[in-house]
Amino acid sequence: MLSKRIIACLDVRDGKLAKSVKFVDTHDIGDPVETARRYYEAGIDELVFYDITASSDHRDILLDVVSAVAAQVFIPFSVGGGLRTVEDCSKVLLAGAEKVNVNTAAVQNPQLIAEASRAFGAQCVVLSMDVLAVPHSVAAPSGYEIVTHGGRNRTGIDALAWARRGEELGAGELVVNSIDADGTQEGYEINLTRKMAEAVRIPVIASGGGGKAEHLYQVLTAGKADAALVASLLHYGITTVAELKKYLDQKGVKVRMT
Amino acid sequence: MIHIVDYKAGNITSVQRALNFLGVESVITADSDSIRRAEKVIFPGVGQAASAMKALRERGLDQALRDAFARGIPILGICLGAQIVLTRSEEGGTDCVDLLPGECKRFAFSDPALKIPHIGWNRVRLVRDHPMLRGMGPEDEFYFDHSYYPLPEDPARILAECEYGITFPAVIGSANLIAVQFHPEKSGPAGLRILTNFAGWNGTEKAE
Repeated sequence: MLSKRIIACLDVRDGKLAKSVKFVDTHDIGDPVETARRYYEAGIDELVFYDITASSDHRDILLDVVSAVAAQVFIPFSVGGGLRTVEDCSKVLLAGAEKVNVNTAAVQNPQLIAEASRAFGAQCVVLSMDVLAVPHSVAAPSGYEIVTHGGRNRTGIDALAWARRGEELGAGELVVNSIDADGTQEGYEINLTRKMAEAVRIPVIASGGGGKAEHLYQVLTAGKADAALVASLLHYGITTVAELKKYLDQKGVKVRMT
Repeated sequence: MIHIVDYKAGNITSVQRALNFLGVESVITADSDSIRRAEKVIFPGVGQAASAMKALRERGLDQALRDAFARGIPILGICLGAQIVLTRSEEGGTDCVDLLPGECKRFAFSDPALKIPHIGWNRVRLVRDHPMLRGMGPEDEFYFDHSYYPLPEDPARILAECEYGITFPAVIGSANLIAVQFHPEKSGPAGLRILTNFAGWNGTEKAE
């Protein structure tokens, strides 16, 4: 039986680790390579690096981070943030990432999903989406809308429709990030995650709001997520990978014990 | 020296990174003569069976793999490389390298909760002792990422199994060939142990 995955999310700005709170302000909290290695040794199942570097001049710093991680961390990890073309994707894959994460660029150019999927295979392409809860409307019948640029821009696209489209275009996994829950540490958006998991046949990774082990339990059971993204919870030492897995294991959730 | 077959099918550098970390020498090559003369070969790959076979044939690598196999040198197939060592694949009705009689099948589930591809960590159960699988514990999990699985004609060729909707072969082997459906280079310490075992394997099914 497949294990539920715990994925650590590392926001990287100018080669340094940052943790966003409600996407508004960020502050550096350490070295991403060292942190990645520490989580790997602690038994994390997967890693995601989001490049939140503002200036494109500093993009190559991320590739150095990726190759340093790939030389010492032997679990899958994906890289996202600022990947606009198949060539951008190819660079991070060659540097050692297993998968690419596309978000805003895919909303602006959905064919990026199809092109990346054809070039590298669906298993390589993770469609990441930032989702805002909105009143039900004709444009957003699910009550969830896709937003971009870290939540600043509304798109008028229904989140569930976008998830299905992403799957059709060739995405291999979905990261569903709730803007409402992100940074709150008050729990994942269970309703949103469950709707997404029921709408597609590809794995759904829940993101945003994980503040304690119980939140992971909720989203991996009632929320039907295949994996849960964690950040603050680990970065601030609130808990450890081993404690999270022990809790989930005791609650009957199948996780990889190391 | 391990030769890693390069046929533009996915991120083969991750296999080399893992070997570097283990201090095992390797070289990535698309040259069929080098593969033919190699002491040891890793045949990795992610992607589609049909395009992979086309890329192999264009470079004469399919015949080079058959020649290397006939010479008895240790060969390790990984993921797509573990599928297309069989006779054929359901993926695009493709004729494959045919080092081992069998067919690569697609997962077909009626339960929508069983996502395809099968992505993530899953437990692998040993069904037959093999020097390549030495040290593998019953709780060990490996990282999978695939929609097809290898099914050898002879069930005795199945060395380890995995459960996902069905029981499917996770490791198959015949003489000097071993093929793993999961990614040892992405499976943490349990996966690295398999690569270490391969570095020391003489290509026979008996323990040295």
